[in-house]
Amino acid sequence: MRDVHYAIDGRPIFAGLNIRVRRGLITAVMGPSGTGKTTLLRLITGQLFADSGTVSVFGRDIADLSSSEIYAARRRMGMLFQNGALLTDINVFDNVAFPVREHTDLPESVIRKLVLTKLEAVGLRGAAELMPGELSGGMARRVALARAIVMDPEVLLYDEPFVGLDPISLGVILRLIKQMNQALGITSVVVSHDVQELATIADQSYLLSGGCVVAAGAPQELAKSDSETVHQFMTGSAEGPVKFHYPAPDYASQLLGADEK
Amino acid sequence: MSSRLRRGTLLEGVRRFGVTSIFLVRLLAGCVSALARPGLIVAQIFNAGGRSLIIIMLSGLFTGMVLGLLGQDVLQRFGAETALGQLAALALLKQLGPVLTALLFAGRAGTALTSEIGLMKATDQLTAMEVMAVDPMSYVAAPRFLGGVIAMPLLAAIFNVIGLFGAHLIGVGLLGIDRGTFWSQTQSAVGMHDVTEGIVKSLVFGAVISLIAVNEGYQSEPTAEGVGLATTRTVVASSVLTLLLDYVLTAAFL
Repeated sequence: MRDVHYAIDGRPIFAGLNIRVRRGLITAVMGPSGTGKTTLLRLITGQLFADSGTVSVFGRDIADLSSSEIYAARRRMGMLFQNGALLTDINVFDNVAFPVREHTDLPESVIRKLVLTKLEAVGLRGAAELMPGELSGGMARRVALARAIVMDPEVLLYDEPFVGLDPISLGVILRLIKQMNQALGITSVVVSHDVQELATIADQSYLLSGGCVVAAGAPQELAKSDSETVHQFMTGSAEGPVKFHYPAPDYASQLLGADEK
Repeated sequence: MSSRLRRGTLLEGVRRFGVTSIFLVRLLAGCVSALARPGLIVAQIFNAGGRSLIIIMLSGLFTGMVLGLLGQDVLQRFGAETALGQLAALALLKQLGPVLTALLFAGRAGTALTSEIGLMKATDQLTAMEVMAVDPMSYVAAPRFLGGVIAMPLLAAIFNVIGLFGAHLIGVGLLGIDRGTFWSQTQSAVGMHDVTEGIVKSLVFGAVISLIAVNEGYQSEPTAEGVGLATTRTVVASSVLTLLLDYVLTAAFL
């Protein structure tokens, strides 16, 4: 992503964003809530287009691709959504099999083995017949991960993969992200604000604030950074360059009714 | 102030018409690829049609029974109570069947379509399909639209048959009109033109209601309130347009 500018209803989300995702590495994109981390993933998948600047995917500017070329590029990607985004009218097995049935002519016997293999990897082979409504949040996330990897994508995008997971599921997801990267060479982009978890798996990381990258490097380098923004984010402090409070009138005068009409 | 308000309402109306027109073009393109998935369309015919069957049959029965009572009461004033079958058949085939079925269809199947698609949008299911390189227009919207268009005339036909049975039940069973007279009057009065009018109306109503329902779900705000408002809009717009189009089509068939 080079010098990307993007605004929603006139409100700038990105103003000169530069991010380079290296092939075969795990790239972490961190930042406070509302910095546009999910928007960044949507720019990569071609669901949104930058107002200016370049978003290159597999070596081509996504803005120059036709809709069929964007769909072809998406077939080489997998994405794990924050809430799983499982299709609620079909069961777990059919959810994982969905992209395979849509994009290949494989016989059902092969699809069955493929799906069960992926479900085994996330520890949910036994839940194949359950409906999404019967799953906990963590289980739904793991099924969504099995669906994201079932087509063996070259790039995996994770949108807040650690939110709301119990420690066991968190450990499993962390190991899976690392294993898939090491064993299959999958390029991963993990968008999250869980600094500690990301530090254990990321090869490179970017910290976003105010619509652009304020720090970049290995997680260990970020931890040693002198930048106030990085320090505030790493230590979780409310005081610092990133404002915790939404702009408001003076607290005392508002409480004491000075601005009441 | 009021002229600004009027202009704003007009602009919003034009915007909505434009959005719906673009959606219709995309939907029709999606219908072509949806035809390759007949299983999805059959499932949606069941969802829109099969699940509306009970209320359609009950409503048809009571409508026919009311026609029987009212028809007998009015016709006997002119000594023409034997024409009850003719009255019931024409009223059901040309007006009550298509219109009442459409209104019930909008309330039952239309709202279900809008809320289902709206919730799919709110829970990122449509986005997930796009990322998996599956066009939600041909996988979600088009099968539901086609299912509605196919189900609506079938439901109207069932409504008519049950309605006629209801009129027969009251006229012949309760009020003592001769069975043979009832059916011979019906047979001689109803022509292919009347049947065609009913079929055309129910097809048009089915297409319009399904389009509104699918479009509202697709364009809804991805929040609980947004889906609720979209569902309400589906019922209101479908009902008003059904009655408006009924006038236009009735005039066209005269």
